[in-house]
Amino acid sequence: MDIFLQQVVSGLATGGIYGALALALVMIYQATDVVNFAQGEMAMFSTYLAWTLLNAEVPYWLAFAATLAIAFIGGLLIERVVIRPVESAPVLAIVIVCIGLLVILNSMAGWIYSYIQKPFPTPFTGRPIRLGNVVFGAHDVGAIAVTLVVLVLLYVFFRYTPLGLAMRAAAQNPVSSRLCGIRVGWMLALGWGLAAAVGAVAGMMIAPKVFLDPNMMSGILIYAFASATLGGFTSPGGAVLGGLIVGVVENLVGTYVGFIGTELKLTVALAIIIVVLLVKPSGLFGHAVVRRV
Amino acid sequence: MTVATPEVAVARRAALVAAVPRPWRLAGVLLAVAAGCVLPFAVSGFRVFQFTQVGIYAIALLGLNILTGYNGQISLGHGAFYAVGAYTTAIMIDRWNVPYGWTIPVAGILCFVVGFLFGIPALRLEGLYLALATFALALAVPQILKYFEHWTGGSQGIVLSKPEVPFGLPLSQDQYLYFVTLASLLVLFVLAWNLLRGRTGRALVAIRDHPIAAEAMGINSSLYKSLTFGVSAGYTGVAGALSGLAIAFVAPDAFNVFLSITFLVGIVIGGLASISGAIYGALFTQFVPNWAQDISKAAPWAIYGVFLIVFMYVMPHGIAGALRLLWRRAVRLTGTGPRS
Repeated sequence: MDIFLQQVVSGLATGGIYGALALALVMIYQATDVVNFAQGEMAMFSTYLAWTLLNAEVPYWLAFAATLAIAFIGGLLIERVVIRPVESAPVLAIVIVCIGLLVILNSMAGWIYSYIQKPFPTPFTGRPIRLGNVVFGAHDVGAIAVTLVVLVLLYVFFRYTPLGLAMRAAAQNPVSSRLCGIRVGWMLALGWGLAAAVGAVAGMMIAPKVFLDPNMMSGILIYAFASATLGGFTSPGGAVLGGLIVGVVENLVGTYVGFIGTELKLTVALAIIIVVLLVKPSGLFGHAVVRRV
Repeated sequence: MTVATPEVAVARRAALVAAVPRPWRLAGVLLAVAAGCVLPFAVSGFRVFQFTQVGIYAIALLGLNILTGYNGQISLGHGAFYAVGAYTTAIMIDRWNVPYGWTIPVAGILCFVVGFLFGIPALRLEGLYLALATFALALAVPQILKYFEHWTGGSQGIVLSKPEVPFGLPLSQDQYLYFVTLASLLVLFVLAWNLLRGRTGRALVAIRDHPIAAEAMGINSSLYKSLTFGVSAGYTGVAGALSGLAIAFVAPDAFNVFLSITFLVGIVIGGLASISGAIYGALFTQFVPNWAQDISKAAPWAIYGVFLIVFMYVMPHGIAGALRLLWRRAVRLTGTGPRS
C-alpha cells in the first residue's frame, strides 16, 4: 500500500508538469486552431535562458520572473514574425513552419549550450514532507503548487479581465471580434506569448528532475499531447487534470504491470491517446465542436 | 486544425492544371523517365545510392499524398507502415530465405491490410485528432519492434546482403537496386495516376472538400476512407521494403517519429494533392539536409529549419503549386494560352 501511495504521489508530481505543458498546447490550440509542435522546444529554450541567468548569480525567483518575461516576448515575436506570414496559408503549411521552428530551436540550443546534460536547481529545497510512510519530495509539492497557481491565474485572467475576454472572443469568432474593434492579430500574438510563458514554467519545473539538455522536452511533449487529448483540447482545466491522470497511470502501470516495465512506458501514453480518441474524441472535459454546414 | 483546403485555392489549382496542355505533360514525363534511366551511368556509386533513396521516398510520399493530399486525412504515422514494410522484407529474407523479389509485393499487401484495419477506427477521427492518433502509432513502433526481439533482432536489427545482379547484367549492385526502385516507382505512379484521375479520385477529393455533400452524392465515405488508408499504407510499405533492401539493414531506431514527420514535410514541400509533388518532395527530403550540413557543420538542423520556413513562405502550395503558377505566368506573358 505504501508503495502504491508513493507511486501515486510521484505520478502526480510528474503529471503536474505534463499538465503545465498540455496547458500551453491547449491555449495555442484554442486561440489559433494550430497544434504547436514547437511548444516543447520553446519551453526547453526558455529553460536554458533561465540557466544562463542563474549561472550569472541572479537570485532564483528574479531569474524565474525574467525568464517568463523573455519567454512571453519571445512567443509574441515568434507569432508576429514567423507565424503571421503564413496565417492565410493551408493549415499544413503552418504545421510545417512549426516543425521548422522545432528543429531550429533544438539545433540552436545544442549549438549554443552543447548537448551535455546540465543540472538545474530547484527553488524548493525544504526537507521532504512525510505523511505516514509516504514521502512528498519538496520539489514535487512545489512543482504541483506552481502549476496550480498558473492555472488559477490563467483562469482569472481569461474569466475576469477585459483583455482575457477579448482574447477568447478573438479565438471564437475572429470576424465578429474584428467588427467590435478587437485587434484579432494582436490577440493571437498575446496567446502565443502567454503559452510560451506557461511552457517556460513547465520547463523550469521539469528541468531539476530530468536534467537540462536540448532533447529533454521531446518525450514530455508526447505526454503533454496525451494529457491534452485526455482532458480535451478545448478545456484548459481538463488538460491539467489529464496531465495528473497520465502521470499517475504511467507510474502505476510501470510498477505493477510486469511486462511493461520502463521500456514500454511511453507506449502507455500512446495507448491512452488512442483509447480516449476512440471512446470520446473530444476528451473527458472537452466539448465536441459543432459546426454549421 | 481543419484540413487545408480553401475552396478557392482548389478551384484555382484545377484551372492551373488545365493550363498545361497534355502533350507537354507527356513530353515532360517521358523526359524525366529518360533522365532517370541515364542517371545511374552518369554519377558515382554513392550518388546512385542517394537517387535510389529519392525513388524510395517518392513512393512513400506518393502513398501519403493519396491519403493526406487527396483524401484530407492527416497522418503523422506513416513511418510505422514504412517500418512494417522494411521488417517484412528483412524477416522473410533472413528467417525464411524467400527470394527478395517476392518480399516487395508481400510487404505492400501486408501493409495494405494493416493500413485498412487501422483506417477503420481512424474513421471516427479527423484533422488534429487523427494526426495525434497516427503520431502515437509512429512513436510506439520503435518500442514495439524492440519488444518482439525474437522476430526483429531487438535493437541490433537485422543485417541483410544486397541482392545479386541477375542474368549477368553489366550493372553494379547499387545500379541494379536503382533500376528495381525505378521500375517499382513507375508502376506505382501509373497505378496512382489511374486511380486518381477518374471516378475514385473525384470521390476522394469530394470526401476531403465536403464530406456531407459527398455522402449525399452516394459516395460510401467509410469504405473509401479506409480503403484509401490501406492503399496509402501499401505504397509506404513497398517503399519500406525497398529501403530495407537498399540499405541492407533494418533497426528499430531508424523508424522513429522523425521519419514520419519527414514524410509529412515532404508532401507539403512537394505539393499536396499532386502526383509529381512526390518527386520534388523526395528530392528535398534526400538532399536538403545534406546541403544544410555543407552550409553549417555546427547547426545543420537550424539551417534545415530555416529552409522549411522559407519554403512555406515562398510556396505555400509546395513546389508543384509554384511550378504550376510559373507555367501559368509564362503562358500569360507569351500570350499563347487560354486567358482566364
